[in-house]
Amino acid sequence: MNKNLGWKLALIIATLLVFVYGIFGIPQSFSKDGLLSAVTKNIHLGLDLKGGTHLILQVQVNDAVNVDSDNAVERLKEDLRSKKINYGEIIKPDPANHPDEIVIKGVPPESSSDLRSIISDRLPEYDGTSGADNSWTITMKPQSLADLKNRAVEQAIETIRNRIDQLGVSEPIIQEHGLGDYQILVQLPGVDDPARVKEIMQSTAMLEIRQALGGPYPSEQVALQEHGGVLPPDAVLMRGKSTGDEGDQWYLISRASAVTGRDLRDARPSTDDTGQPAVGFNLTGEGGKKFYAFTSAHVKDQLAIVLDNRVQSVATIEEPIRDSGIIRGHFTAQEVKDQSMVLRSGALPAGIKYLEERTVGPSLGSDSIRAGVQAAAVGMIAVLVFMLVYYHGAGINADVALILNLIILLGFLGFSGATLTLPGIAGVILTVGMGVDSNVLIFERIREELRNGKTPPSAVEQGFSHAWVTIVDTHVTTIVSAFILFMFGTGPVKGFAVTLTFGLLANLFTAVFVSRVIFDWILSRKQRGEALSIG
Amino acid sequence: MEFFRNPNIDFLGKKWYFLAFSLVFSVAGILSMLFWHGIPLGVDFRGGTLVYVKFSHAPEDNAIRAAMDRAGLHNARIQTYGPPGNNEVLIDLAEQETSEQSLDKGKTQIINALESNAPAGKQDLNNASSLTLYNYLLDKDPLHAGTDANQRYTAQAQAIVDYRDKSRGGVLGSIDELKGAADPAVVASLSDGFYVSDFGVRNVEIVGPQVGAQLRKQALLATLYSLAGMLIYLGLRFEWIYGVAAVVTVFHDTLITVGAFSLRDYPISLTVIAAILTLIGYSNNDTIVVFDRIRENIKLMRRESLSEIVNRSINQTLSRTILTAGLTFLTVLALFLFGGEVLHGFSFALVIGILIGTYSSIAIAAPILVAYQDWRIKRGARAVIPGGGGKSSGDGKGGSKPGAGSGPGRVSKASVSR
Repeated sequence: MNKNLGWKLALIIATLLVFVYGIFGIPQSFSKDGLLSAVTKNIHLGLDLKGGTHLILQVQVNDAVNVDSDNAVERLKEDLRSKKINYGEIIKPDPANHPDEIVIKGVPPESSSDLRSIISDRLPEYDGTSGADNSWTITMKPQSLADLKNRAVEQAIETIRNRIDQLGVSEPIIQEHGLGDYQILVQLPGVDDPARVKEIMQSTAMLEIRQALGGPYPSEQVALQEHGGVLPPDAVLMRGKSTGDEGDQWYLISRASAVTGRDLRDARPSTDDTGQPAVGFNLTGEGGKKFYAFTSAHVKDQLAIVLDNRVQSVATIEEPIRDSGIIRGHFTAQEVKDQSMVLRSGALPAGIKYLEERTVGPSLGSDSIRAGVQAAAVGMIAVLVFMLVYYHGAGINADVALILNLIILLGFLGFSGATLTLPGIAGVILTVGMGVDSNVLIFERIREELRNGKTPPSAVEQGFSHAWVTIVDTHVTTIVSAFILFMFGTGPVKGFAVTLTFGLLANLFTAVFVSRVIFDWILSRKQRGEALSIG
Repeated sequence: MEFFRNPNIDFLGKKWYFLAFSLVFSVAGILSMLFWHGIPLGVDFRGGTLVYVKFSHAPEDNAIRAAMDRAGLHNARIQTYGPPGNNEVLIDLAEQETSEQSLDKGKTQIINALESNAPAGKQDLNNASSLTLYNYLLDKDPLHAGTDANQRYTAQAQAIVDYRDKSRGGVLGSIDELKGAADPAVVASLSDGFYVSDFGVRNVEIVGPQVGAQLRKQALLATLYSLAGMLIYLGLRFEWIYGVAAVVTVFHDTLITVGAFSLRDYPISLTVIAAILTLIGYSNNDTIVVFDRIRENIKLMRRESLSEIVNRSINQTLSRTILTAGLTFLTVLALFLFGGEVLHGFSFALVIGILIGTYSSIAIAAPILVAYQDWRIKRGARAVIPGGGGKSSGDGKGGSKPGAGSGPGRVSKASVSR
């Protein structure tokens, strides 16, 4: 019995050391500051304790589908033209709710088979069905549609991660959220002013260089008038970036773009020839070739730099340009930095909408930590003192188990990298209260057996074995509750579920194994017939 | 030291008192939920904008309301938050102002309205981020720093913000208060670009309608799954009537707790739901301990009636029940008194929950078992739970009235006085 006891005690000490390591790692120094910094390195604090911003965004996947179906419409038109198939018109009847639906009207029946082969060859992700009045409805295959939407979300996450990385936020969390609603969760510790970050994340950053055909016009109507009421087929009217007092300006811009954001190799802050902040960009090899070809063919014409469907600036092409340029505008230094960063990170495949925003200021965060630790200390001390007073010697047993419990719990948090939130601290406090219940169960049983006349060793044996079943029952049911909370809860509530579960698992170890070992150790040092100090 | 040495209380006999007590609180809660405050939902579930603002002086309701009206926010609710010494106010915009088109419009309007008497061209030091400070310092360069300007000004900006947030609760009274926190030249240069308003934003919660609906659904599902899990687990470990008794008990506990929130008109947030789920777990634990003992005693005490067995079991576990409840309550009370305002809803739910949860295992769960047994026996069916007084098994109709008392000649150790 004594040999076993030795091993068991060694196991307990080893466990203690392992979990202390989980909490502190190997601290630089043993001063108060050294220990504190070691703890904060190992145990991650949630947003509600550190301060920061929590956002839920929704990717407007229909945007991405619309882009794809717009491209499909262009391809269709090309093919129908080249195969000399007549048609009335091609429209998208409901781009908002059915972005993948294309309707071709007025297709003569003899062209049906040609049309069908066009669809299966050139639009493999789409299915076409003929309808009444020589019209055809083309929609995306369900699998392709789902894939496109999911890819849009993945791409959005990548792009947002790029942008946030460049902002230098430490340990951000960017991940898919919820079930199937194209939502993304973004958590930014330490960011107390979300406005700038939100703008950076939301900017679609679509850069295009197109030919500027006319303008600036003070309004759309004037622009139309100048062209006899009808716009040329390959041009659109686009708003220019307003410069405050000048009001909106409109430009006539070609539909096709010479160069897009995909051809961008780099964008960085620079200055224009008047020394104002501007965004300088470099194109890739491919992009450079395209740009050179375009500018060579349009010397003395104007080009427009279009950012997010707004004309940023218009310039005359003096001579062919190979692969670099400047985007000029009324930018501040900070705006130029942000814009370069956003361009570098690539375009968002679809717009994003914000669904939820929570910002915890750092002052609240540190107050919460203080309050939580205070409450934990008070609660813990109250329980420790009570156990001593009520159970005397055995109370020391319970108290040791309790303190070990706390160390294991915090060590678990350190090892697993789980986040400690404010409800998590409450979970720690609750674990203390519920954990000591196991000890109470065992001790009460031991007292009962002693009262019924059993010897101390036998009473201890009976106490532990009878209480074991109930302890397992209660722990399992609470852990199942915590599991459900973890599945359905958000950040802070998840933290609570985690500490509760860890605490209960630790409790199973300490209340049953450790307490038993301590009792055995005490009994082994007692004489036969000596009473057990259990109050 | 021992509180309960061999207690011998007739709990089942008092069941009508218990029922009355429970009814009073349940009905009060239900009436409040139906007719008075309704079920107060936190912003997590109803959507909306909450801005928590701390002032450097005692906040004046009228001035704040006037500022809100000027911004066009006529439906803003303004309440004191936390103890009066904190000077904190909660501004609550209903969900109409919180559309997903522009989620943070309400928040921006509130902050602009409160900053309405700002000197032109200056930024509010109490609501500036460390980045804003850094950019300003970099521009102004009060330290004439050379190549390491970036690092030095980042550190200075962070020091200023840390001092404001960790030592002054987020609100500075004046720029001079920063004298000890950062380089004097830096502090002196601040007054050109910054002023100090009388408030700081501590916390913002904006929940759009979509997320609000999602969270409502999730909370409901979580509660239903919890209850279902309980029912199944108890049905498997014991008999199904035990499961039903436990579910009714837990339902009673939840009703009274939510009723308490309704009576107090205190909003139910996500963390409150977490607390409620926890107390469901706790109440369940408590009930299981009593049920375990009942099951054990049924095997041992083959000749006593069920109500005697139940009474004895409760008495035997009374010490443990009161102790655990007491200890858990101690910790929860510590949380309630010292845990701060953010956890207040959570700790309030637990305080009520622990008390009611402990009470209900004795007052509701156990009597349900006995009542069910009595009802079945009265209907002439076989005693489902052994220990039904006179052997009524198989005999059925018109048998002697068993269950309630002991037959003649049976000396129950737990002889109870009615």
